[in-house]
Amino acid sequence: MLNLREASEHAAHVDLLTGAFGLLVLVLAGSIFVLIFAFAIRYRRGKEVSREHAPNRNVWLEVSWSVIPFLLILAFFIVSAKMFFTIHEPPADAMPISVVAKQWMWKFQHAGGQSEINELHIPVGQPVRLTMTSQDVIHSLYIPALRLKQDVLPGRYTDMWFTADRPGSYHLFCAEFCGTDHAVMGGRFVAMEPGAYARWLAGQASGGSLATEGAMLYRQLGCGACHDSGASARAPALAGLYRSRVTLADGRHVVADDQYLHDAILDPNRQVTAGYDPIMPTYRGVIDEEAAMKLVAYIRILRTVPGEHR
Amino acid sequence: MSEAGLTNAPSEGTAPRQTRAEAQSYLSDGNSLRSWLLTTDHKRIAILYLISITAFFAVAATAAALMRLELLTPNGDVLTAEGYNRAFTLHGVIMVWFFLIPSIPNVFGNFLIPLMIGARDLAFPRLNLASWYIFMAGGLFTLSALIFGGVDTGWTFYTPLSSHYANGNVVLALAAVFIAGWSSILTGINFIVTIHKLRAPGMTWGRLPLFVWTHYATALILVLATPVLAVTLLLVMAERVFGLGIFDPALGGDPLLFEHLFWFYSHPAVYIMVLPAMGVVSELVTAAAHKKLFGYWFVAYSSLAIATIGFLVWGHHMFVSGESMYASTIFSFLSLIVAVPSAIKVYNWTATLYKGSIALNAAFLFAMGFIGLFVMGGLTGLMLALLAIDVHVHDTYFVVAHFHYIMVGGAVTAFLGAVHFWWPKMFGRMYNEVWGRISAAFIFIGFNLTFFPQFLLGYMGMPRRYHVYPPEFQTLNVLSSAGASLLGIGYVLPLIYLFYSLRNGETAGDNPWHVTGLEWTVPSPPPTHNFEEAPVVVNGPYEYPLSHDSSIA
Repeated sequence: MLNLREASEHAAHVDLLTGAFGLLVLVLAGSIFVLIFAFAIRYRRGKEVSREHAPNRNVWLEVSWSVIPFLLILAFFIVSAKMFFTIHEPPADAMPISVVAKQWMWKFQHAGGQSEINELHIPVGQPVRLTMTSQDVIHSLYIPALRLKQDVLPGRYTDMWFTADRPGSYHLFCAEFCGTDHAVMGGRFVAMEPGAYARWLAGQASGGSLATEGAMLYRQLGCGACHDSGASARAPALAGLYRSRVTLADGRHVVADDQYLHDAILDPNRQVTAGYDPIMPTYRGVIDEEAAMKLVAYIRILRTVPGEHR
Repeated sequence: MSEAGLTNAPSEGTAPRQTRAEAQSYLSDGNSLRSWLLTTDHKRIAILYLISITAFFAVAATAAALMRLELLTPNGDVLTAEGYNRAFTLHGVIMVWFFLIPSIPNVFGNFLIPLMIGARDLAFPRLNLASWYIFMAGGLFTLSALIFGGVDTGWTFYTPLSSHYANGNVVLALAAVFIAGWSSILTGINFIVTIHKLRAPGMTWGRLPLFVWTHYATALILVLATPVLAVTLLLVMAERVFGLGIFDPALGGDPLLFEHLFWFYSHPAVYIMVLPAMGVVSELVTAAAHKKLFGYWFVAYSSLAIATIGFLVWGHHMFVSGESMYASTIFSFLSLIVAVPSAIKVYNWTATLYKGSIALNAAFLFAMGFIGLFVMGGLTGLMLALLAIDVHVHDTYFVVAHFHYIMVGGAVTAFLGAVHFWWPKMFGRMYNEVWGRISAAFIFIGFNLTFFPQFLLGYMGMPRRYHVYPPEFQTLNVLSSAGASLLGIGYVLPLIYLFYSLRNGETAGDNPWHVTGLEWTVPSPPPTHNFEEAPVVVNGPYEYPLSHDSSIA
């Protein structure tokens, strides 16, 4: 009846934490239940039993039953917070996969450009980082076997990372109610041995890497007319922009991360770079979140002048 | 007034017997529909609420029954996807705003607070009636949203689903909750003023029954939190109707802003449901044990502590929402702290039983049912407050089980405990005690069978709000649905024997339980103006054995 599959070390840790806390719950709740039963029977009305010197207050008792359980629970708080920090700090070498959710499907895009719908294949033993956004409402990617879930928001990137260590096929769900077909917005999470994953990847059709597709979009949309270094400097150069510090027109400093690049494409006039006029048109409604992710992937690899990547 | 009541009393031969107290009571003070609909008597308004929330409960419980029926198999059999979504939205909206939030405060708070503090009525009797009418207007909006085809946003109305993508009568449902909120605010103001200004001579704060303390704390939350919900719902309506960009990123808004505002109200709302329940249990435990409450001040102040800290924990609904990692950590910590005052109450109730003289009657069984289920709900709540566990079980059946333990296992069980304890006071008749115990047992067993399997389902990874699910979850779902039918029986039984008692029950007398409290010094049912002369209080609450004659029937 109880079926708990663990696909990662983190999942095993969460189960251990839950099990240990479950024991504490049993002790705390059990002692109250036993006392209530014992008192209700021993002191039931009509029974001859000494009821003299019944206490009405005891400050030390109050303090100890408030503080001792709280301190025990605090230990669990510290452990669980540490685990929470870990799942929010992806290692630098994590394999990137981008995720776009929409009513009612998941689209996963591997770095090589292979995309899949409602199924996510990944290699075991390798940290994987999902960068996710939604095309419409809030969704939530939930993989119970990893004990992980992360809401996927429209207009914002959220991350989830993990290292699976047990090959197998597991459930993948949408956990945030997202409309009519919420219950069927899911599929499979397939963890594979690295060799098998490589073979699977090779067998998937790809129109080129995400960055290559981004480069094509860059050309189609005519971004280069302003952003190419050869053009008159009407817009900031994109080479070397990723992860650099940008000074905005209003004096703020921001780091040009994925979210910044996404917003700069869809809401360009919200964060204008210092020294430039707010002349860039918005691409909201012109391109969808998938295209925005491709453009971001392209900008991410621009270490030198854009021309070299054409 | 009492003379008129007597002469109008029907004689023994032609109609069911009516006691002298009944003939002079608030129930006999006018029999026309008009006398009920235009009453400003807090006791009659309480009865109006009792009838209306019972009706709303029946509607929302029907929706729950449909859901449990659908979940018997992994496939969609009874309802379509949309039908199921509408069923759980309706269930949530009605149960939260039209049953749980008004349940204990508006029925028992209304009926008992003036009696317990020795007042003739609430401070603003007309406002009290207005509050019922506003509540009913909100209810009619909800029912019309249902009749016109329903809503499928979930009771949480998350944006931009509710503000843009969802079909159905979203605006009507939002308006319904907005309107009902005003009723909450007015009731809250009425309680606060009443408790401050209308206490009888000698009724100091330290002599207030715990029921009054918890309602004071509840009223503070009602007044401070409800306006935030009202504004939030107005903004969603503005976005949906006028395209004003507040929450939808496509319009330049922020969907997390909605979650923050919504939970800023909706987390304290849980305490609006639970604090009055705790007040009821404090009364029931002392009454059954015939013993002073252990640690009066700890229990009294813990209500205020819950009301205060309860405002600072809303972010624990958003650990996986994209909220900052550091904010989540602070919310996690505060959520563990807010459990302390709740734990203090539970320990003090348990200690009160020690060396008591415990009557194992139906009301006591309901109170013990509350403690058991509330403890389970509270401790699983701590699990949810632990960040790493919440990431896994958030938005699964684990959460569904947890909050049903608090709201149904806790609040509804306490509500039924209150019904069984104060029924003789409200209507002057005793119900069948054996049936009362049977229904308490049905509810406790049925409840656990319904909701305990859901903890396991959730931990195994079954998300909530799914009408179809992988076949491996079926066994536990069948158990849960079976439990729901027992629970249903447990809820229907009281309707039968309580109704039966109205005409056929033995007369209760002023103080059938031989307990303390000013409400037990007046006849059952009480006369319209409660007290013949203003009482003077000389004792603290729960002074056992009964020393002053006035408390003895």
